Amino acid sequence: MQIPVDSFHLANGLFVALSEDHSAPVVAVNLWYRVGSANEREGRTGFAHLFEHMLFQGSEHVGANEHFELVQRAGGTLNGSTWLERTNYFETVPSHHLELALWLEADRMGALLPAMTQEKLDTQRDVVMNERRWSVDNQPYGTWWERLPALCFPPTHPFHHSLIGSMDDLAAATLGDVAEFFRMYYTPDNAVLTIAGDFDTATARALVESHFGAIPRGAGRPPLRSMEVPRTIGEWKRAVIDDDVMVPRLFLAFRSPVLGASDYYAGCVCAAILGQRRGSRLYRALVRDREVASDVSAFTWDLAKGADLFVVDATARPGTSAAVLEAAVVAEVDRLHQDGVTADEVERALALLETDYVSSMQAAGDRADAISKFATLLGDPSAVNEQLERYRAVTAAAVNAFARTVLGDDNRASLMYVPRTVPEGQT
Amino acid sequence: MNAPRPMPGMPGPYEFPHATRFTLSGGLRVIVAPIHRLPLVSVLAIVDAGAAGDVSGHEGLAALTAAALAEGTEERDGPALTEACERLGTSVESGADWDDASVRLTVTPARFDDAFALLAEMLRAPRFSVEDVERLKAERLAELLQQQVEPRGLADERFARVVYSGSSRYARAAGGSPASVRVLNTALVRAWHTARYGAATTTVIVTGDVTPERVYEAAERHLGTWCRQVQTMSSVSATARTPTCAVHVVGKADAPQSELRVGHVGIPRGHPDYFAVVVMNAILGGLFTSRINLNLREVHAYTYGAHSAFDWRRAAGPFVIGTAVKSEVTDAAVREILLEITRIRDAEVSADELDLATKYLAGVFPIRYETTGAVASALAVAAIYGLPDDYFSTYRARISSVTCDDVLVAARAHLHPGALQVLAVGNAMTIAEPLAALHLGTPVVTDATEDGEDS
Repeated sequence: MQIPVDSFHLANGLFVALSEDHSAPVVAVNLWYRVGSANEREGRTGFAHLFEHMLFQGSEHVGANEHFELVQRAGGTLNGSTWLERTNYFETVPSHHLELALWLEADRMGALLPAMTQEKLDTQRDVVMNERRWSVDNQPYGTWWERLPALCFPPTHPFHHSLIGSMDDLAAATLGDVAEFFRMYYTPDNAVLTIAGDFDTATARALVESHFGAIPRGAGRPPLRSMEVPRTIGEWKRAVIDDDVMVPRLFLAFRSPVLGASDYYAGCVCAAILGQRRGSRLYRALVRDREVASDVSAFTWDLAKGADLFVVDATARPGTSAAVLEAAVVAEVDRLHQDGVTADEVERALALLETDYVSSMQAAGDRADAISKFATLLGDPSAVNEQLERYRAVTAAAVNAFARTVLGDDNRASLMYVPRTVPEGQT
Repeated sequence: MNAPRPMPGMPGPYEFPHATRFTLSGGLRVIVAPIHRLPLVSVLAIVDAGAAGDVSGHEGLAALTAAALAEGTEERDGPALTEACERLGTSVESGADWDDASVRLTVTPARFDDAFALLAEMLRAPRFSVEDVERLKAERLAELLQQQVEPRGLADERFARVVYSGSSRYARAAGGSPASVRVLNTALVRAWHTARYGAATTTVIVTGDVTPERVYEAAERHLGTWCRQVQTMSSVSATARTPTCAVHVVGKADAPQSELRVGHVGIPRGHPDYFAVVVMNAILGGLFTSRINLNLREVHAYTYGAHSAFDWRRAAGPFVIGTAVKSEVTDAAVREILLEITRIRDAEVSADELDLATKYLAGVFPIRYETTGAVASALAVAAIYGLPDDYFSTYRARISSVTCDDVLVAARAHLHPGALQVLAVGNAMTIAEPLAALHLGTPVVTDATEDGEDS
């Protein structure tokens, strides 16, 4: 498998990657901005994501929600998402509508602010507060993805605070914040644009130049607070959360090598051996043999700066106590940490990772997103073609070295959810 | 500074992947759609053994049987089967929907023959050990227990129960309820497999980087002699619980949001109004730019999103509008939903709304089928519901031919404001009284922990 990748910079600093492929009359336009919740200032948690909502509220030549309407009328799909270190926006359209998608993205990169109003901000603030209720506050275990990084990174670290944000901080956001954030971060020199699918490279190059070429560079961005953290957490941090849940669930996290580091790939293989699919160690031991868990998994968060997180997630079967669940997970982690893995286990993990990776390259939108990701986080869009080799280069010895340095008890953070205890005298 | 709004170019040609069909010596049907883009092959076996066929009291048997297929074969136990699949870089997913049981995997072409052999072994000679069946039952019961505090799943499950008559299979979840799952056992699983799984009820669909000849060879070798005679599916009675509106509140103390479901019994997949209803629903609540989503989200900011859908099944599945709204606006949100249902029945949609919906549905068609798995799933739907061979080549034209009048006729025929069931999972203390003021009936308040078996 070879994904074609061509790339260049515009004079204003916009990085452009093109991946021409005529297998379906479909083209994906994908923009990554190097800004995420890590860039938020104190008192404005959740702002990067709220801002993402504002980008669908129109721009100089586009009305509120017209972005959605124009893309859907063209027969396309679209969305955006916010993460700790980036925000992305994407459309997949029938290929004869490529210019529409580019025009829409250029209009909001070049001229968002004329369309911003207090009413739109107030509406999207309420929408985001409802998103928070829906995905975090009114979901069992829903707070895990804001509690876990808070436990693993120190309070001053850009990854420590909540991505979706606190209700108070969301309430405090102003139109002035929108303007400042836009001018600072939504500039061509802080973005990566990928086009993947059915187009002609020379034509696309000209279209990108004509729509994005005149957008001025930014005036510079404040440096991020330092991302550097010690390689390990230095202790075993523990938090126990009483929640409206029926059974205990444990998240056990470790600081691990960042995306793209050579031992990152060993970490991916290690996660597959420990907790991916039914043949993994945790599934076989906890779900199948001992029947103490109904669900287990292990995965990396794929952070690219400072430290990544390697996470184990296990949900207890009814009747299993939090203590038994934790002991069972820890026993498997300790065994891996101390005794390592076999070459056979590595082979199984590599076979699964390979099928998954090739499968993830089928849709133009997914290919474009992967290319943007490698361009943004690793500075190299053609890394999309190197991932399989880097997985395949992982040996049992490399996984063992990873397990020895990462999975020890000096580098753990556990977040245990337990059913809320009813105070005495109540039923 | 940006250039003027661009005009579209000429649309490129598109054809849904061409499918070759053949029947094996034992009668099993095979569909192959070669797609030579990436080194991937997807295999999807569908069996006429879905949850719709569960008999009363044994709800969940079809789902349990399908899940147990992946737990080992006569030749190898669960761990050995899993190991064999995963060493080929794939895992087999099996499960039952309303109208079919399915087993699926995706693998690289070099490993296709070995993976196909394992899939065939699972279909023909599953192990069904007592330990595995009991464990899967316990996992389903654990899921149902957890659902008591998970508003979305709870709302879906309770909504089905208030929409359909207690005697309809659709009133209970495809996976079964606590009482029905508890009585299932290995003997019932074996009997279900014997009665329902065979060449006559099975279609194997293969899509991706493979030739029909290679698939024929593998299929004939591993499934050609499979010819056991089996029963075909019985039909579901999709009768409504009540002909009039009703309001139901499932209490969840201190919930910051109400998880809402509003709807009624819909229409079967084979209904002649299918295309008009799909377009009508897209305008009403199917798209981000639909009336209901724009109203509830972008105008009123009651919610993160609101959506409507007809759940397409062989018999009449539910029509449902789903959203989660801030508790204080529960009644106001229901009022807006009712207004939108009334509005789309009162007057024709605008030409502009029709244009957006039909262009979206027609245009997005190639984007939906970019993966081998999605093409296999589409061919499966066509096989399950007996759609004509030209279904995919004529789909876009049929969507585009729907008119404003068709939409109005479909809305009047298939939306029933007088039969709406409104269900909210939320803080009963604060939302029940405002909901009563909607005059759709006195809210019936229940509790998430009630098992809800009709007794």
